[in-house]
Amino acid sequence: MKQYPVQFKVNGKSREVLVTADETLLDTLRNQLEVFEVKNGCEQGDCGACTVLINGKVVNACLTLTVQISGKEVTTIKGIGTDEKPHPLQKSFHKHGASQCGFCTPGMITSSKALLDENPNPDIDEIKKGISGNFCRCTGYTKILDAIESVANENQS
Amino acid sequence: MYDQNQDSAIFSGNTEEKHSIIGKRLPRHDAWEKILGETKYAEDYKLSNMLHLKILRSEYPAAKLLSIDISLAEQLPGVEVVLTAKDVPKNETVTKFGQTHDVGGFAGFSRTLADKKVRFMGEAVAIVAAKDVKTAAKALKLIKVDYQPLEGVFDPEVALKEDAYKVGEEETNLVCNYKVRKGNIDEGFKQADVIVENTYRVPMVDHAYIEPESGVAWMGEDKVINIRAATQVIEHFRGIAEILEIPHNRVRVIAPMVGGGFGGKEDITVETFLALVVQKTGKPASLTYTREESILAHSKRHAYVMKYKTGATKDGKLVAMEAKLIQDSGGYIYLSPWVLLYSTVNATGPYDVTHVKVDTCSVLTNNTFGSANRGFGANQPCFAYESQLDELAKKLNMTPLEIRKKNFLHTGDALATGRVLEHAVETEATAEKALAALGKPTEPWAPHIKIGQGLAASMGSYGRNNFIHDTSRSYVGVELDGTVVIRCGVQDIGCGQCSSLAQIAAEVLGVSLNDVTVYYGDSALTPLAGTTTATRQLYMSGNATIKAAKVVRSNLAKIAGEQLNANSDDLVFKDHKITAPDGNSLSFDGVIKSCAGQGGELYAIEQFNAPAKDLINFKTGQGQVFSDFTFGTIAMEVAVDTETGKVDVLKIVSCFDVGQCINPLSAEGQMEGGAIYGLGYGMCEEVILEKGITLTHSLGEYILHSSMDVPKVQTIMIESGGGVGPFGAKGIGEPATVPAAPAFSNAVADAIGQRIFDLPVSPEKIVKAIHNI
Repeated sequence: MKQYPVQFKVNGKSREVLVTADETLLDTLRNQLEVFEVKNGCEQGDCGACTVLINGKVVNACLTLTVQISGKEVTTIKGIGTDEKPHPLQKSFHKHGASQCGFCTPGMITSSKALLDENPNPDIDEIKKGISGNFCRCTGYTKILDAIESVANENQS
Repeated sequence: MYDQNQDSAIFSGNTEEKHSIIGKRLPRHDAWEKILGETKYAEDYKLSNMLHLKILRSEYPAAKLLSIDISLAEQLPGVEVVLTAKDVPKNETVTKFGQTHDVGGFAGFSRTLADKKVRFMGEAVAIVAAKDVKTAAKALKLIKVDYQPLEGVFDPEVALKEDAYKVGEEETNLVCNYKVRKGNIDEGFKQADVIVENTYRVPMVDHAYIEPESGVAWMGEDKVINIRAATQVIEHFRGIAEILEIPHNRVRVIAPMVGGGFGGKEDITVETFLALVVQKTGKPASLTYTREESILAHSKRHAYVMKYKTGATKDGKLVAMEAKLIQDSGGYIYLSPWVLLYSTVNATGPYDVTHVKVDTCSVLTNNTFGSANRGFGANQPCFAYESQLDELAKKLNMTPLEIRKKNFLHTGDALATGRVLEHAVETEATAEKALAALGKPTEPWAPHIKIGQGLAASMGSYGRNNFIHDTSRSYVGVELDGTVVIRCGVQDIGCGQCSSLAQIAAEVLGVSLNDVTVYYGDSALTPLAGTTTATRQLYMSGNATIKAAKVVRSNLAKIAGEQLNANSDDLVFKDHKITAPDGNSLSFDGVIKSCAGQGGELYAIEQFNAPAKDLINFKTGQGQVFSDFTFGTIAMEVAVDTETGKVDVLKIVSCFDVGQCINPLSAEGQMEGGAIYGLGYGMCEEVILEKGITLTHSLGEYILHSSMDVPKVQTIMIESGGGVGPFGAKGIGEPATVPAAPAFSNAVADAIGQRIFDLPVSPEKIVKAIHNI
């Protein structure tokens, strides 16, 4: 199969890969670029574990073809915050115990960030909608909602 | 102590602050790694030049396997090896149950790769190892399997009949049966003023952890096969070695952080396939199941048919309970006899019933095999006995709480198995608190909306069957700078197994949580701690860790006592200091250095043994099976749209006696997540099979709750201090999910005035019930 060169940024860093037209962004990130914080949960767009931002918008990396993102900017959880400078959402997830097994956490925080970027003061229903594409099997969502609400309330004050 | 965070509450008998780390709302010591995206799960570990595996799976649920032709697949460029049953050194294994205690005839026959006869759809037939996943997938299509489809049997009641299709070759379809007898059941029903008799059906459900089954394996230079996989049981190294026909000490299993287990990673998944390829090729190998493969091929929670006849006096006293439980084991036995044993002990629930007759059996069919799933056999009968109690209450014109309060077991009472509950039993308090927190019913906002409230109480064991003589080991050591190291072979599947151990050691040694490092889950390097199943790790490894930490503390206290001129028993270890009653103190690391200087032992490795006494007699059903139980109640309020059958869950309250809460963040997390996991069982989850063929093979078709479908869960913890875990803790992981499904179905029945006897209580069933369709 023919391979295409594609250039894009991951967390601010330029990357160039050779991909077939059917290669998903999830495969490229994990298998070519070793961006392991983007998780493989279902490869069908159901679970949200592979959520990343492309130019600030939430997408499932498993439903995105790498050839579609030429010249764009991919942000993963590691682009959202770091050990030295965690994002307020990460601090809040930490404080509220919102991560259990942690497998959904990178995608969950990524979706939450996109939500707050768009709407800094969401109500509980808007928060629930904002993360509805991300399954969590451990927490029952209670502490995740607490964590996001707490940041939203800080934004308000 | 009354600890208030939002809506959650902890009620404790202890008013003084006994602990500095235990019971504190502390983020886990390893929380940041997960939140920053640093944690390396099973699939995040790559080895250079590793082979990629794909598994060929049976297209039929029941078929004769006539021949397999792998020649075309083998010739495909990039394919390294193709393995079938004949390539597996010991393809057929038989697991005897009971381990150290002879419990009777049942034994679990199992095959690594299908041979002779296919027993369920998705059974592994061949392994392909290739240079990449695409090539491996292509090779699968080149394998020609000649099947002769057979009729199969898919209904466990049909499979029990004498002339039924036989799932196996030698075995009967009946896997095992148990019974419990107390009093005289006929006499019991004579004493009853009201009797309700119903048949309940619960479906097969999936664990649906977000991380699919995955692992890598490689050959060590010492010829040890290393497997790093998402598993709840590193001690499968023994079983894997037996299949490979190599010594036990030539297989090492490492469990990294696991992305959810819930019992689905309790049986072997990818490990043996990987080990076989490494053994055959000497090359590293990797395998991750697709989601479809995960749903098709890993274990499920067993479907049951449960026939309950329950009698009560006009005062609401339960005088007779007759229960017949039929468990669908699916195509293989796996843990079915264990799960059924749990169901048998749990069949009467947390209630004192005068006359009891329980008969249970497990049956092979050509459905996906059943095995462990959070609750391990406690969930199915809880749906039945809690539905029966509400039906009795309705007939007697009593409230659900009133009838339960007349029948709850208390400390000192005996189960139907004769086992006396010598530890804390606070079920009644949990029911009262949960219902009180639910409050007055919400007013319906439209004529077609009906509001209902329901509750369900439950018991759930923590710790494994005591006839297996369960053990766990833990190493606790101190470093010269005053930091602490734990080495313990626990598998951390997301419940905070490691962080709980860190808290225990930090409490005993008087350091902060972040001063503790936990090395976990490595059968070569960490002392074996048994399975992360059966809600046993806090209980077993927690007790082993506290034992080891106390030995280290005592070694240090001896030296500190001499230096402080104080009795070593009177010293307080807190805030990196060791303080005498007169107020004089020494630094923790200073005493460690003194101890090291004298050649003292800075570490201890200790084993905790679960008590094993009055073991159950399987012929009479009398005796002990478990160390202790966790009791609790979940209450819910629902709004049912009578036109569409759609249900909105408005409130969920979960109240459990946790004995001693080790960490409120983690314990609440278990209760919140457990309630929603169980709500899914009650409301929407079902692996739908049609004649053994799975129809729900994606997370789009297998319906899980999203954030939009559920309310926040309000938790209330009682701290009786009466558990057998460290500091009086009880286990909460599995018990927290058990009563959620019946609480939901009881709330729906309260709303619509009719009961639905089959889970899940779906909108379709509700509409049919309302309109008598």
